Order: sequence, then C-alpha cells, then structure tokens
Amino acid sequence: MAKPLIKVPPTAKKGEIIEIKTLIAHPMETGYRAGLNGATLPRDIIRRFVCSLDGEEIFSADFSPAIAANPFLSFFTRIEKSGSITFQWTGDNGFSVSETVEISVS
Amino acid sequence: MSSPISPPCAVERRRFLRQTAECAAGAAVTLLLAIRPARATPEEMRAAIRQTIGPAAPHDGRVLLDLPPLVENGNAVPLTVTVDSPMTGQDHVVAIHLFNEKNPQPYVASFHLGPRAGRAQVSTRIKLADSQQVIAIAQMSDGSFWQGGAKVIVTIAACVEDVN
Repeated sequence: MAKPLIKVPPTAKKGEIIEIKTLIAHPMETGYRAGLNGATLPRDIIRRFVCSLDGEEIFSADFSPAIAANPFLSFFTRIEKSGSITFQWTGDNGFSVSETVEISVS
Repeated sequence: MSSPISPPCAVERRRFLRQTAECAAGAAVTLLLAIRPARATPEEMRAAIRQTIGPAAPHDGRVLLDLPPLVENGNAVPLTVTVDSPMTGQDHVVAIHLFNEKNPQPYVASFHLGPRAGRAQVSTRIKLADSQQVIAIAQMSDGSFWQGGAKVIVTIAACVEDVN
C-alpha cells in the first residue's frame, strides 16, 4: 500500500489556524462501470476519513463513489498544543490505512 | 355477392392492431425501466437531501461553492466549499453535505467540522457524470441549514464510462 501524502506544517504558533492536506492512492471504483468482459465492476471505495489530534477528533468525512480516484482533502484546524495528528482512512474490502504526523506548537 | 372484406377478417385485423399497440407499449415501459438506473434526477437529489438533513428547509446564502464553470474531465473536478461562519463555540459549522443532480447517486459526501476547525473551508475532488448543478448544504450549531450551489458544464463524463 502506497503511503498517503500528508501536508502539515511541522511547527505552528499557539492558536494558529493551519491547513492540512491529504492525498491517498485508491481507485474509488464506483460500482457502475462495466469491465472488460461487460460485467459490472464491484464497488470499491473509501467510506470514511477521520483526522484526530491526540485521540480527539478534529475533522471527519463520509465518502460516496462520487469522490474522485485518489481522494484529496484539504481542511483547516486551530492548533492549541503540540501533539500527534492521526489520519485514518477506512473503506470497502477491509481497506484501512493509518498515518501519524507530529506537530510542535510554540 | 358479399363485399371483398368479410366480417371475420375485419375482426382479425382489429385484434391484430390492438395486440401490436399493447406489445409496443409494453416494450416502451420495459425500455424505460432498463435505462432508468444510469442517472439520478433533481427529484432524487431533493429526496437524498431530505434523507440527510431531515425536513428542515435550507436557507440560501452563507455557503460558497467554488467549482470551475467548465470542466474538461468529469473524473476529477476540484471543488472548494467555504461557509461564512465565525467558528466559535456558540456559532460554528457542524457539517457540510454535498449533493449533485445527475450522477448515478445524488449523495456525494459529508464533512464533519467543529469549533476547533477555525475556518469552515473544505476542498476535495469529485466525479461528475454530466453537466449539472452541485449543491452544498451547511449545518450550523444552532440547527439551521444554509445552502449554495454551482452549475457545471462537463465535457467528458465520469462514473459510468467503460474500462478500456
């Protein structure tokens, strides 16, 4: 499984609003397309994304097949303390990827 | 001498015409049913919105949906939703829901935010199967709903194309 791309500033000032960007490799197969033999390809999507700071949820998203392949997300959060930001993607066929990024707040 | 067309023959003709018409009507209904699942409709989008946000009627405004007006490839359409909100503990955006009119499914995605987000802005990339309207609905902490929309023209459709 390819490592997801995560962009978080390594340091931030207390109370600063930071932008977090994530990109993860996934086909996001809709379940509506016909394959080479004419049979419909089964759905295979990421259903949920959760971002949390030290275990406390700061952002989450529910996806449908209408999210483009290799889902990209950008969102904001106000950062008050240093900690580890955890990103978790879960989806069809037991898909589950988790990443953790450290941020230090001065 | 009787007329060239005898009564039994006329009855046959009448029955034949009636059966042909019935058969054609039946075929048309079957064809409609066969075509139906490829696209949602604006009515289905309204039904999906009701299912997600309940009976509340969203107000227009406060939500800015930024989409390119002309999209070459519907497989990845960049989109940004910005909600006008102070994002404080008392007044913040709880969730942003996205819907479309003509994809196979009208529901696109939900994003859950909180007062800690600081800024109510989310960007992602979506698939669009046709030129259509996309709607973003923001759910506020006071229970009200606000919506914003954008019309997009798509030249290459996504979602239902074949693999090659």
